Amino acid sequence: MTDTQYDRAPGDALALPDVEQGTTSGVLVYTIGLALAIVLTAMSFWVANTSLLWSGGISLGLTVLAIAQMGVHLVFFLHVTTGPDNTNNVMALAFGVLIVVLVVVGSLLIMADLNHNMMPAAELMNLQMQR
Amino acid sequence: MNIALAIDDDVGLEAPLSASEAGPATKRVVVGFGFWIFLLSDIVMFAALFAAYAVLANATAGGPTGAQLFRQTSVAIETGCLLVSSYTCGLMSLAIGSRRYAATYFAALVTFVLGAAFVVLEVREFAGMIAIGAGPQRSAFLSAFFTLVGCHGLHVTAGLIWLAVMMAQVAIKGFPGTVERRLLCFTLFWHALDIVWVWLFTVVYLMGVIA
Repeated sequence: MTDTQYDRAPGDALALPDVEQGTTSGVLVYTIGLALAIVLTAMSFWVANTSLLWSGGISLGLTVLAIAQMGVHLVFFLHVTTGPDNTNNVMALAFGVLIVVLVVVGSLLIMADLNHNMMPAAELMNLQMQR
Repeated sequence: MNIALAIDDDVGLEAPLSASEAGPATKRVVVGFGFWIFLLSDIVMFAALFAAYAVLANATAGGPTGAQLFRQTSVAIETGCLLVSSYTCGLMSLAIGSRRYAATYFAALVTFVLGAAFVVLEVREFAGMIAIGAGPQRSAFLSAFFTLVGCHGLHVTAGLIWLAVMMAQVAIKGFPGTVERRLLCFTLFWHALDIVWVWLFTVVYLMGVIA
């Protein structure tokens, strides 16, 4: 039979024998990841401290930079790919991201909504005083 | 399916078997995937702490705010320490793959020192905040802050202990399959902690300073 194709363990760059051959390219992958991560981190700190940008958009910009850096870490450090041997890892990751987004965005939405619906103290007084 | 295979053979295509036809996966894949699932559940727990922090970020109860407490230089140094230690951890996994003992020990040592520097900086930051009366009991904001950042710090500390134990195992046992799988899990853990830290410094420190 031909060589069988197993799933790849999360974090493994390639099947092990290939890694032994290609240590130099492995170092290159990690170094590119480090360089990109440093650039994105530096950009985050700059964006948070500069007065050049519209202050209303800075939170959104920081979020985008964090998502980009998370992608860099996943691809260059954890070797997540779109290959068929990585399907299980990616599906588990996608489910995890779904739960994380539900928990964080859901909590923020619900709490903001509750705060919005809470009547300010002054109006509450008016209601009680029948004014 | 057999028919399809037979046709393939006739055509002369020697496509590799798909994952489902290749039989049980290797132990390394099973162990790595199991630990991957654990890490994702750990990240879901962090998501709950992040949500609590984000909701309570402005509930300072008249106490100090994030903008008054956070020192960006110390956060930047901590970020650099953790990022470079994640890089050396990756280099360590390459050294393990090619069975180079000296390179493994050296990369592990650099990873450990940078991780320890991160923990020391964070403990000093916490001690300074508690000393000026901004401890976790001061306000809901500070409770959420110490829970979230402290939980990450505890993870890093546990990772340092794990790394030391793994190096002792490499020294005594060498690189049998068991030790190699444990090292794979450790590298996954360390990279995942760095991803959590990316969100921590973005959401807690940088957004806390601009708000």
